[in-house]
Amino acid sequence: MSNLSYVRTEMLQEQAPPVTQTGIVMWLRENMFSSIGNSILTIVSGVLIYMVLASIVPWFWQSSWTAHSLGECREAIAHTYGEGTEGACFSVITERYNQLLFGFYPSELYWRPILAFVLLLLATAPVLFPAIPSKYLGFSALYPFAGFWLIWGGSLWVPLAAIFGFALAYAAAVYLPKVIGSLGSVIAAILLPLIWWIGLSGSVADGLQNVVPLAIQSVDSINIGGFTLSVMIGITGITLSLPIGILLALGRQSNLFVVKTICVGFIEFIRGVPLITLLFVASTLLNYFMPPGTSFDLILRVMIMVTLFASAYMAEVIRGGLAALPKGQYEAADALGLDYWKATRLIIMPQALKISIPNIVSNFIGLFKDTTLVSIIGLMDPIGLSTAIRANQEWNGIVWELFAFIALLFWIVCFSMSRYSMYLERKLKTGH
Amino acid sequence: MSMADQTASKPSFRLSMLIYDTRYRSMTIQVIALILFMLAVAWLLSNAASNLAALGKPLSFSFLSQPAGYDINQTLIEYNNQMSHGRAALVGILNTLLVAFLGCVLATILGVTIGVLRLSNNWIVSRLMTIYIETFRNVPVLLWILLTMAVLIESLPKIALFRGENPINTMSFGNSVAFTNAGTFIPKPIFLSGSTPVVVIFFLSLVGIWAFGRWAHKRQDETGVVLPTFSIKLAIFFLPSIAAFYILGQPITLEYPVMARFRFEGGFVIRNSLIALWLALSFYTAAFIAEAVRAGIQAVSHGQTEAAAALGIRPRRTMQLIVLPQALRVIIPPMISQYLNLTKNSSLAIAVGYMDITGTLGGITLNQTGREMESLVILMACYLSISITVSLFMNWYNESIKMKER
Repeated sequence: MSNLSYVRTEMLQEQAPPVTQTGIVMWLRENMFSSIGNSILTIVSGVLIYMVLASIVPWFWQSSWTAHSLGECREAIAHTYGEGTEGACFSVITERYNQLLFGFYPSELYWRPILAFVLLLLATAPVLFPAIPSKYLGFSALYPFAGFWLIWGGSLWVPLAAIFGFALAYAAAVYLPKVIGSLGSVIAAILLPLIWWIGLSGSVADGLQNVVPLAIQSVDSINIGGFTLSVMIGITGITLSLPIGILLALGRQSNLFVVKTICVGFIEFIRGVPLITLLFVASTLLNYFMPPGTSFDLILRVMIMVTLFASAYMAEVIRGGLAALPKGQYEAADALGLDYWKATRLIIMPQALKISIPNIVSNFIGLFKDTTLVSIIGLMDPIGLSTAIRANQEWNGIVWELFAFIALLFWIVCFSMSRYSMYLERKLKTGH
Repeated sequence: MSMADQTASKPSFRLSMLIYDTRYRSMTIQVIALILFMLAVAWLLSNAASNLAALGKPLSFSFLSQPAGYDINQTLIEYNNQMSHGRAALVGILNTLLVAFLGCVLATILGVTIGVLRLSNNWIVSRLMTIYIETFRNVPVLLWILLTMAVLIESLPKIALFRGENPINTMSFGNSVAFTNAGTFIPKPIFLSGSTPVVVIFFLSLVGIWAFGRWAHKRQDETGVVLPTFSIKLAIFFLPSIAAFYILGQPITLEYPVMARFRFEGGFVIRNSLIALWLALSFYTAAFIAEAVRAGIQAVSHGQTEAAAALGIRPRRTMQLIVLPQALRVIIPPMISQYLNLTKNSSLAIAVGYMDITGTLGGITLNQTGREMESLVILMACYLSISITVSLFMNWYNESIKMKER
């Protein structure tokens, strides 16, 4: 009896998979040519990309970086690359980048906005990245005063006097409750600094300045411009709109009818009109609403309006977060015996803010982009300067180079903000 | 004794209860808030009144009826510089609505296409769409508007180049449209006598489309028969009007723009400011709409698609019947708020000289009459009423498409 069964004893060599099922061919088949429609789309996109690159790359490559006017630049390009060559005149950037970044800021004082910007990065770092010890947050809190002082210059006593107002508010909130009760201390914490800022701080700062002169050269706000101005307005709006927005959102959710009505009215009014009308109010009307004779700086007025505008949008975003919070959280906070402010601070807000991070950041991005609108009321932000440069005889007719540079500045900031919000979302995710 | 009884049964009201008793505390806070608010408003208003009185221009709206004295080069209604500031403001409002409407239409088409293509499994297309979205979203809209305007002015030919025996540039689309750096000239429809029936029939066919849609839907619900509704609706849209047009002897003709000695005559002119504003706003808003569309489609749970596949529904109809109706619920609210943003952003028209309400009332009228307070109040009221109308509509719509649950 012979054993008829046949059992293979050695393994067969593995065969290579078909060429269409592996490597780049499979990837191409799956991702670009999976169907007729897809293939058409791929080819159309390919042609599109080729056309764009074919016009941009030579334009970018055959560029001039050193000319002093558009005509000179065109000549230089024609000279180097032959007649009729289209090339970019980046010389407008190399010649005017100082202006686009700092406006008409005195050039010997450029170190001040630069230092302010570096300090800004240092001050935002502890806010942005929790890994940095929180003791540095004190520096972040002081930064706004330091930054404004560096850019505007003038007496050191002015920012110090402003800080003293906050110190008063803090002292009233911490030490007064034992003396005059909690509600009284809240009112005192609001009223005392207001009285200080409106009534006293100016003369006290002047007096101190006379006694101990501590000042750096002051710069007129008409000379502050360029990207510095955009960042200034943007940062002010961002830092102030968040707390005001939180208060407005809480007011809108509140059971107190009067408070709720005021908040709803404010939010809906601001959200219903375009920012440009509010800027018109800043430039033409705001002084009318102040006591006769007051006149304060246009940049400051714009900052106030931009902040109010951003706050209303912020309030709506945060309200979304509050509404998305399960009711059980509110009830649990009540059950623990926390009062309204403790519950809000410890239970409600941390969660509501976390839910609304993506929208808060896209609000910030929108606000930062909206700072360009100030060019319409005559402030010299990068767009206002671009109009000025294009009206200049030397650079009359330049379009792409200038706008591309400005667009790049804004794009970098806005894109990093949106990436940061994604990082934060991932980091704060506590779900499964 | 009776005194003691009374105090025991009805505790006397003490002033401190206004603060410490939760029953009264909210009242106290509200009254304080109201008083502070009224004081603040009164302070602002009295300041404004005294400032305006000092300047010798107390609040008055009579400037609206004075002649405006400036020209507007793009109008939807009859206007000349002898007409009043009020009329100019009306022209401005209509111009705002025009660019907002055009912008919303184009932004929707672009945005939906881009949002859907971004989800495409074609690698290169989805990357391209991501680049589009990130580019447009992260650069200020004002920059896009100015850039588009500059490109139109720099790249399109001058009118002078269309002139002469052998012009350097010729008109496009069979000598009917001229793209120039001063604007685009297009033919203008002329309604001759006898054109009314055609127009009436056209509107009747629109009603017919709507009625047919309802009927077809009802029939499908009752019998399950699915009609090719799209092609039938298309036929209703075109056939009756075209038939009436030819039967009545072509009562509507086109007036073509013609190059006269120095400029184009006849036809409509669409200024570059309008085109630039329209394109820039649409491209910019499309990026946001695309994100809303993508989020909406992704919000529909995958189980829905799988369930449809399990029922044997083909992918196309799955999209049409299962995914889109559910996605729309998520997409519509952000989309409408983008429409509102577009309308508000159209106020940037002032940067390119398109005369919308901000350009007329908030721009030239304000500067000419010096009536800042009145002009800005009306200007804000106009935008506010547009916004509130749209929000009311949106709330109604949201309510009507909300998922009907228990």
